[in-house]
Amino acid sequence: MTHRYWLAALLGCGLAGVAASATAAEQTEVERGAYLARAGDCVACHTAPGGKPFAGGLEIESPFGTIISTNITPDPDAGIGNYSRDQFAAALREGKRADGANLYPAMPYPSYAKLSDDDIDALYAYFMQGVEPVSEKAKESDIGFPFNQRWGIGLWNWLFADAEAFEPKAGQSEQLARGAYLVQGLGHCGSCHTPRGLLFQEKALDDSDDAYLTGETLGGWWAPNLRGGGDSGSGLQNWSADDIVDYLATGRNDHSAVTGEMTSVVANSTSYLSDDDLQAIAAYLKSLSRGADDEQEAQSETTPEQTEQMLTAADVADKPGARLYLDNCNACHFANGRGAPQTFPSLVDNELVNADDPTGLIHVILAGARMPSTPGKPEALAMPDFGWRLSDDEAAQLATFVRGAWGNHGGEVSADQVAKVRENLPQDLESSKPDFQD
Amino acid sequence: MAKTNPHVDVVLVGLGWTSSIMGMELTDEGLSVLALERGPDQDTVPDFAYPKMADELTYGVRYQLMQRPAKSTLTVRHGVKDTAVPYRSLGSFLPGNGVGGAGTHWNGHTWRPQPQELRLKSYVGEAFGSDIIPDEMTIQDFGVSYDELEPHFDFFEKVAGISGKAGNLNGEIQEGGNPFEGWRSSEYPQPPMPRTLNDTLFHDMAKDQGLHPFPLPAANSSGAYTNPYGMQLAPCNYCGFCERYGCLNYSKSSPQTCVLGALKQRKNFAYRANCEVMKVNLDSDGKKATGVTYIDENGDEVIQPADLVILGAYSLHNVHLLLLSGIGKPYDPISGEGVVGKNYAYQMNGGATLYFKDKEFNPFIGAGANGETLNDFGVEQIDFGQEGFIGGSYFNAAMTNGQPIRNMPLPKGAPSWGAEWKQAVQESYGHTMTIGSHGSNMSYRDCYLDLDPNYTDDYGRPLMRMTFNWKANDVRMTQFMKQKIDVLSKALGPDDYKLSFKDFDSQYDVRPYQTTHNVGGAIMGTDPSTSVLNRYLQSWDVHNVFVMGASAFPQNIQYNPTGLVGGLTYWAAKAIREQYLPNPGPLVQA
Repeated sequence: MTHRYWLAALLGCGLAGVAASATAAEQTEVERGAYLARAGDCVACHTAPGGKPFAGGLEIESPFGTIISTNITPDPDAGIGNYSRDQFAAALREGKRADGANLYPAMPYPSYAKLSDDDIDALYAYFMQGVEPVSEKAKESDIGFPFNQRWGIGLWNWLFADAEAFEPKAGQSEQLARGAYLVQGLGHCGSCHTPRGLLFQEKALDDSDDAYLTGETLGGWWAPNLRGGGDSGSGLQNWSADDIVDYLATGRNDHSAVTGEMTSVVANSTSYLSDDDLQAIAAYLKSLSRGADDEQEAQSETTPEQTEQMLTAADVADKPGARLYLDNCNACHFANGRGAPQTFPSLVDNELVNADDPTGLIHVILAGARMPSTPGKPEALAMPDFGWRLSDDEAAQLATFVRGAWGNHGGEVSADQVAKVRENLPQDLESSKPDFQD
Repeated sequence: MAKTNPHVDVVLVGLGWTSSIMGMELTDEGLSVLALERGPDQDTVPDFAYPKMADELTYGVRYQLMQRPAKSTLTVRHGVKDTAVPYRSLGSFLPGNGVGGAGTHWNGHTWRPQPQELRLKSYVGEAFGSDIIPDEMTIQDFGVSYDELEPHFDFFEKVAGISGKAGNLNGEIQEGGNPFEGWRSSEYPQPPMPRTLNDTLFHDMAKDQGLHPFPLPAANSSGAYTNPYGMQLAPCNYCGFCERYGCLNYSKSSPQTCVLGALKQRKNFAYRANCEVMKVNLDSDGKKATGVTYIDENGDEVIQPADLVILGAYSLHNVHLLLLSGIGKPYDPISGEGVVGKNYAYQMNGGATLYFKDKEFNPFIGAGANGETLNDFGVEQIDFGQEGFIGGSYFNAAMTNGQPIRNMPLPKGAPSWGAEWKQAVQESYGHTMTIGSHGSNMSYRDCYLDLDPNYTDDYGRPLMRMTFNWKANDVRMTQFMKQKIDVLSKALGPDDYKLSFKDFDSQYDVRPYQTTHNVGGAIMGTDPSTSVLNRYLQSWDVHNVFVMGASAFPQNIQYNPTGLVGGLTYWAAKAIREQYLPNPGPLVQA
């Protein structure tokens, strides 16, 4: 009997096409580039839903209009096959197309500017030799005046994209330097987690500024403050380095689970990183200091014990939010709100639950959520959708309850806020609504 | 005209426990593996999601997750002279439908057999003399020993994350476990589930009686657990919707929660739902399978070529497919010759319902495999010569659910309708507990499966025919258990109790639910003239066909079958990987 991979043609990630003539050294370089492309999560933006890897075509909503990602396969006409190594480097670091035009800064070139020459070489080798060429051009972006004037981006670049190649700090351990390089560079974590200024620029591109990675709300979802606060800091919800590593590797840890945009980051990028690299990222995030304001305990009307006692006694006659919690959530998240390690996220001190903008929490209540299937934890554990079952009022009461229970401090949610989130839910959502045909 | 698919290395028929396990094992070898499942695809979310799964009428009474008799059934008769009629309305047993199979809708009782049960005929002969075996009883040895299977039981328990307490670790008896069990190489992967009131009452009473109670080994997760495949179980919340339901909480071990997420990641695995296999195709001399023919989701006939065919459908369907495909000689009860369909067996159960006026059992706090059990009256404990039967039983006091339609036990004399019925329900709901006897069932010359001469299915294929009835040996066994349970029931001091056991005039009745432990028909053994499969679950006749599942049991053990089915599957997988693939051919010379 022959042993072969009959489904290899369906391989999801375009890693298959390394030229047969490549030498062992070239092959190693291509594999290193493939790993770095994972770290940079290139595939997330440069692949349309159901499309070929790196062939572009994903529509990215931006404040300026819809940006459509480009084909970065090595096809000479539709993709970047004609790019020289230096043109490729300029695109990554400076946002310059081969013809000299400026790329839209949806491309995180202000972060990729940190990349080392060695890593650029490896990425170039991968994109030229390791990616299957796709001859279809992606659609043009639909950007209106004045943002379609790409020269304007030059000005923006002059103002904001001034990051230089990464240099470790004096005395920084090898691990911290590696973590900083990955977070600031390929990981481009700041794209979502650093607050943006008036011209939508990230307020900081590295930890030389205290605003770096202090969190930002994107499309209503809170991308949390990632600064751990140093050795004794309580940032990142007091997660240990291993908790951070678990989260990035598998989309779940003993406290929480990934939701929203970060789900695809874990699925396509961080779950492929080595344990050493994830440990380095965790160590670096833990090492970042926090401002005095961040450390202040937010006020809550409840304590974990009070809420647990009230729910256990089912003393909810005049508490509609608590009653809705018992009827809908308690089966998995339990009366103590803490769920179970690696399976059911804790709602206590949870960033999504306590965010200023409750959009993310409302979204999860209405539409459910699903963890990614990762190599380390393959089970795509899911929370079902409750939107079919809860009215706007009920969802608002439930969200308000959860945001104030067990010492949480998230503030009230209105039915109008729920209605707005409901209106914007995707049409093709998987639903657990009963639908029996017998 | 049937279309022909591209060739695969392995085709798996069905996608429940056994095919999920085989999928993992054979994709590990780099083989391309395709599973064909007759029912729909289904997963925890959205298919078993809270709260819709907690719907007794839809799932418990109308059997939403089960096969539809109008689509797939068999005929049943009591004896070889009777005419069989179709099993048109589900009752006695409930074959599952869809991805996960019966592994989605079971309760989760996960036992290993006793070492003696795997070599029952030899054991009886050695211990009591083979002359105590009645003439018409056709029990056999499995052909594989407990020691050989132990590592595979152990691994299956780790995959399924079983909650329990070991009673025998490498020969050392452990306090709190089953002192009579076969040795285990390691403790259960999870601690036992917490006790409910009925468990505690039964445990304390049994101790007082000098018996050896221990927690039922449960495929209901007592905590958050990650298995060797990285798959996860979440802590059971005792919602009381296990049997007949998919678990809404990721807490019941199933192909979905324990295997399939990992298997689906593999590029050399694929599965197709709503594809029903019609038969295994053989080459011109009938010695080798060339693949299978199936009907796809559009109703089109498809030929699927494959080098290796592994039947992992429900036990009854495995036998049906062998009969339809002409693999092995069909069994003839008159001559006693032939093997396919031979030794169909079931399970001899009974029990007591105890009513306590002043005790609140809160039965809605339940789990499928919650319970306290004892093994003091097991196959390996009883002097068959003295008692006059072959067999045994384990007892359990389980609190699986408090579902209102089917779990409304009423005291004797309560009316079955009207205001007084309502009154009785109000007074007695939550005031009862049960003690069950879960017993072995021997195999007999005239209990078997063959093709029905009169009835056909939608595709024109003959239905399978089951010929089965209760036999005096097994009734004597259950009557013995009745006396024991009567004593234990009295000792618990209920206000009232009822005993329900088969008697000598009992006929097999397909209407009330009994158990979905249908075994035999494609039995394993050491002799091709008395078994369908060799000790590696490989067909004696067609070497590239293997048959998983409880259809391989030569008679039924006293326990629920899944633990043994899991262990046998890993055992067969090891033989395929280490012996068959390097050198395809019969693994045992006939």
